[in-house]
Amino acid sequence: MTTTTPTTTSATAHDDLAASMRQIVDAHRSQPGALLPVLHALQDALGYLPPSAVPIVAEALNLSRAEVHGVLTFYHHFRTTPPGRHTVRICRAEACQSMGSAALEQHARRRLGIGFHDTTPDGALSLEPVYCLGNCACSPAVMVDGDLYGRVTAARLDALLSAIAVDTK
Amino acid sequence: MKVDVFVPRDAAALSLGAEAVALAVSTEAARRGLDVRLVRSGSRGLFWLEPLVEVATPAGRIAYGPVSADDVASLFDAGFLAGGGHALKQGLTEEIPYLKRQERLTFARVGITDPISLEDYLAHGGYRGLRNALDMTGAAIVQAVTDSGLRGRGGAAFPTGIKWNTVLGVPADRKYVVCNADEGDSGTFADRMIMEGDPFVLIEGMTIAGIAVGATQGYVYVRSEYPHAIATLNQAIALAYMHGYLGESVLRSGKTFQLEVRKAAGAYVCGEETAMLESIEGKRGMVRFKPPLPAIAGLFGKPTLINNVLSLAAVPIILDKGAAFYREYGMGRSRGTLPIQLAGNIRHGGLIETAFGITLHEVLYDFGGGAASGRPIRAVQVGGPLGAYLPESQFDTPIDYEAFAANWAVLGHGGVVVFDDTVDMAAMARFAMEFCAIESCGKCTPCRIGSTRGTEVIDRIVARIDHGKNVKLLRDLCDTMLNGSLCALGGMTPYPVLSALNHFPEDFGAEGAKVA
Ligand SMILES: Cc1cc2nc3c(=O)[nH]c(=O)nc-3n(C[C@H](O)[C@H](O)[C@H](O)COP(=O)(O)O)c2cc1C
Ligand code: SF4
Ligand code: FES
Repeated sequence: MTTTTPTTTSATAHDDLAASMRQIVDAHRSQPGALLPVLHALQDALGYLPPSAVPIVAEALNLSRAEVHGVLTFYHHFRTTPPGRHTVRICRAEACQSMGSAALEQHARRRLGIGFHDTTPDGALSLEPVYCLGNCACSPAVMVDGDLYGRVTAARLDALLSAIAVDTK
Repeated sequence: MKVDVFVPRDAAALSLGAEAVALAVSTEAARRGLDVRLVRSGSRGLFWLEPLVEVATPAGRIAYGPVSADDVASLFDAGFLAGGGHALKQGLTEEIPYLKRQERLTFARVGITDPISLEDYLAHGGYRGLRNALDMTGAAIVQAVTDSGLRGRGGAAFPTGIKWNTVLGVPADRKYVVCNADEGDSGTFADRMIMEGDPFVLIEGMTIAGIAVGATQGYVYVRSEYPHAIATLNQAIALAYMHGYLGESVLRSGKTFQLEVRKAAGAYVCGEETAMLESIEGKRGMVRFKPPLPAIAGLFGKPTLINNVLSLAAVPIILDKGAAFYREYGMGRSRGTLPIQLAGNIRHGGLIETAFGITLHEVLYDFGGGAASGRPIRAVQVGGPLGAYLPESQFDTPIDYEAFAANWAVLGHGGVVVFDDTVDMAAMARFAMEFCAIESCGKCTPCRIGSTRGTEVIDRIVARIDHGKNVKLLRDLCDTMLNGSLCALGGMTPYPVLSALNHFPEDFGAEGAKVA
């Protein structure tokens, strides 16, 4: 499925976004190996890395656009489309599999009607896979935004999803 | 009288509700007018008891767990502040067999102190190693690490002192120490527990390393999946600067050591040391050809010492108590202690730091208490997604690098993932190939393409299409990956695949074998 970019229709909104991106980039550009810190700062602020970020970052760090694009697409953490208002990450790695994460994954897909790397049509929630959250003695593990959960049963996942007020249909 | 109550701030404890428990303890104490000092410690690593609440009593700390926020009022009713009886009471924490049988050197303070209290760290033996190191020459510090027998805890088990010596021996205007905290292996969480539960021990270890080899700048490369660890580490680093333990002149010695956290971005291959360097430099995480070794030309082309969190966190105690003290633990060429992480389908999962030499069987049954499901344990994967699966017939293997190698297995970072008899080993082999395909940096064809072919071949084997031919194809493919890969991602994915195939042929629809 596809997601739409936020409504930056007017020229001023567009300029505002560019200005705020430049400000963020400037705050992080002077350190050695600045590209990852810069991309992190942008994504932390905006939720994703819009296409218009690439030329701004490239210019500030004296890199080609292709280099910036190459880096941001290499890393699973960076995204180029806006995420839902909440992001649910389900661990797919071995320890969680040993405790039934595959079934939990199926349950989430069914309940939300979306797969991994998708966002619900109402923009409420994105579902992402993750390979280990360091909570392997409390599997299966799930992360909702920045919060970690352990021993997540289908019922517990339902409660988490309800708590973030997702339209589940 | 003020009573100290400990509730962990470790991410795993938080994942089971520790925050709500902490809040309930302070609310309930205030409501009852009781004088409680709430300490947010690290975790003891007894995860089936988390959230574990401890109370300091004259007899020692008394543990209650697993505590939910709803239990807190009844704990107060039972007089838990004086160690009163309650269904959740576990007795003196130090007497819990799981903990009592361990030998905690690296984890000596984890779960005991407030991780972001420098005072606590100092009161529990912290920074004694650094003070000793500041009175020694770089060469003498390196010698102590060499003599301790410490080997890298990140996976390859390379002798730490030898690596330090190489960096020490290369003259350069600038050198770096990089701590590998990418901890991508499933079944591992010891690095995280150190960063969240005793960050100063890592900072101290890195500072000693920098002073030993003549490096003035350190980086800790932490995976983005660890927001709690990053926050705690940053708080501790700020405190260390404020009190002169980091900076231009560490403890007024005239020696400089600066330290900074760098956040990774979700690529497993960036745990490979040269891919990590590329990432810190702001590039794609592509594995570099060696030579040159990073110790000679590493980060930004400068000599760079790279070590895992646990390797560096073992250094302060070696410099405090001496190489001989550390070396006394262990067996054969595996010296000291290993923080084993017991995970997956296991009743008592957690952190088990003990001298090398105990058997896998002891880990699984004496500590672990068998599978969480109550069913028989069928397979364990040791050493992360690139580690072999071991069947029950190999459970008597001691935790020792060489003993594992003799079984065509690895200890890696010490993660042990347990599976009961419902596991489908062909599915696990397929997953290993799938994971390799997802995470490959793309530099070598066998890893990039072979892994995807591998999933397809396993699908055909399981579907019993040209069974014999496809099994042979899978073995050939694994051979190509073993021999034609630049790094262990492609080069070791055959370990889980072939060990599954060899030990559990019945899951691959083998002729004459029972089909589950
Ligand atoms: C694909 C791959 C992933 C790795 N991941 C890690 C990791 O997450 N943490 C780590 O310390 N070492 C990891 N390593 C091993 C490092 O390359 C390196 O050997 C280690 O950081 C050196 O530190 P040590 O000598 O203290 O073990 C990985 C290696 C490979 C091939
Ligand atoms: S084996 Fe795979 S991950 Fe390692 S260098 Fe080759 S392509 Fe990259
Ligand atoms: S394997 Fe899922 S948290 Fe580690």
